[in-house]
Amino acid sequence: MTITDAVPTVAAVEVAGVSRVFPGRGKKAGVTALDDVSLTIAAGEFVSLIGPSGCGKSTLLRLIADLDSATSGAVSVFGKTARQARIDQDYGIVFQSAGLLPWRSVTANIELPLALHGVAKADRSARVSELIELVGLSEFASSYPEQLSGGMQQRVAIARALAERPSLLLMDEPFGALDEMTRERMQAELVRICAETGAAVVFVTHSIPEAVFLSDRVVVMSPRPGRIREIVDINLGESRGEMLREESAFFAGVTAVREALHGAPPVGTGARGVDLR
Amino acid sequence: MTARPLSRTAATGRAVLLGALGIILLGVIWEAYKAAGPAAGFEVAGFQLLPRTTDVAMPHLWEMIERAFAPVNSSATSQPVWLAVALGCLSSLGTAALGLLVGTVVGVALALLMLRFRTAEHAVLPWLILSQTVPLIALAPLIVSWGGRIHIGDLSWERWMSVAVIASYLSFFPIAIGALRGFQSPQVAHTELMHSYAAGWWKTLVYLRLPASVPFLIPAVRLGAASAIIGTVVAEVSTGAKGGIGRLIIEYAQSGSSDPAKAYSPIAGAVLMGLAAAGIVALIALTLGRYRRNEVTS
Repeated sequence: MTITDAVPTVAAVEVAGVSRVFPGRGKKAGVTALDDVSLTIAAGEFVSLIGPSGCGKSTLLRLIADLDSATSGAVSVFGKTARQARIDQDYGIVFQSAGLLPWRSVTANIELPLALHGVAKADRSARVSELIELVGLSEFASSYPEQLSGGMQQRVAIARALAERPSLLLMDEPFGALDEMTRERMQAELVRICAETGAAVVFVTHSIPEAVFLSDRVVVMSPRPGRIREIVDINLGESRGEMLREESAFFAGVTAVREALHGAPPVGTGARGVDLR
Repeated sequence: MTARPLSRTAATGRAVLLGALGIILLGVIWEAYKAAGPAAGFEVAGFQLLPRTTDVAMPHLWEMIERAFAPVNSSATSQPVWLAVALGCLSSLGTAALGLLVGTVVGVALALLMLRFRTAEHAVLPWLILSQTVPLIALAPLIVSWGGRIHIGDLSWERWMSVAVIASYLSFFPIAIGALRGFQSPQVAHTELMHSYAAGWWKTLVYLRLPASVPFLIPAVRLGAASAIIGTVVAEVSTGAKGGIGRLIIEYAQSGSSDPAKAYSPIAGAVLMGLAAAGIVALIALTLGRYRRNEVTS
């Protein structure tokens, strides 16, 4: 396994003037999902994409993952084209639905990318037991997905995404279908996992507190056409415990993102720590 | 979790009970009509609506059973009827199994072709559907005569091979359709996941589409097995292939008026053969348990 961030100057993700237009059918007009979006994500940085439905945040993630291609503009991942980065397996991806294969056990599901890429059996099982440990599912190694709760399934999906030690993790509303308590616990775990792996993360979410809790920067997007409205810097430090959710810095971040989402600040001092680009 | 296998056993038990009850009811109706119905049957304006109840037309159930244990004919070396029927069934079952195997290979291959090339789906599917509208009886002599011209070295085409071909002709269709549906069944999330792993068509097939198709393939093979059995029996009847149950059905029916009870043994044999085939498929399906977790979808 090569360490891709050996060259620290290369950004994890570089999105330059990207537009994505979904062509209309017949009389229906086309939809501009993304309009001239530019964004740079540094290696090891945690960036959330937030915005109302239709703002193109998932589309942007799919472009980075090379699951879709831009109408114009360029997306590069670790200095390569998105396609090359996908072929080189530079990223791991987690979708909103865990997307586990129901006929494979937890172990076999996590093993899937390794098996697909011809990793030797011994190395595979060593890596899988490491990952199961990391996501705290050791007791469930031989369970099948249907026997797991939604939160556990999503942890398996995260372990699977981390299997090949990617330097970039792409997450599309991974906790969207979970209840609030599970969600907060998963967020805390994700913070820990990210600290351990040092991967850059692009995290799509609907939830303001989630974005603030997790991110170094929150990219606030607006719909029709999908654009970046603001990028809010969040500096909550490295150690993010549960107590953080009750600190004023956290609330300040939440306020800043909310105001960026809703446009002009309703009353008061305005957004602090907002980076207007 | 624990409640499900229990209720499933209960459901199976009830199904078996209802099935047995159905058979008994059929026997009771048979005997009741034979006892109560007019000997000459029931005619309306010259049309026979209900059958005659004479012993030639409707032998008693116990006569049929008695006949099954008696020798086939008066010669000293004659086997009992049930043994002749069982051997005939075994022979037909073997032919049908070969037909099903060929049908499965052809069906899955066609499904893969249609999966790989969208245009193939549009080009091939109508022909598949059309192929099933050709009457089997019309096809059988053709296949026999084509087969008769095949001579590869010492291998000469035999009648039972034609029968197997006809059986496969009937069984490949449900399997091709079921396999195609199964191969196309994975959710977008799964196919995109494979795409994100840069897995090619072949690896996606092996790791995703093939296992995902199992819940669709099992009912398809079950249907294909039933078709193969029907195809075998009908083909044996229409080609006159020796050794199978189809031939026995014809032979024993010809002794109809002198030995009416004899004709029912091969019919019962054919029914049991069909049940056995379904049972074998079910047993094979049992070994694939972990791929069938979401069979509700089919």
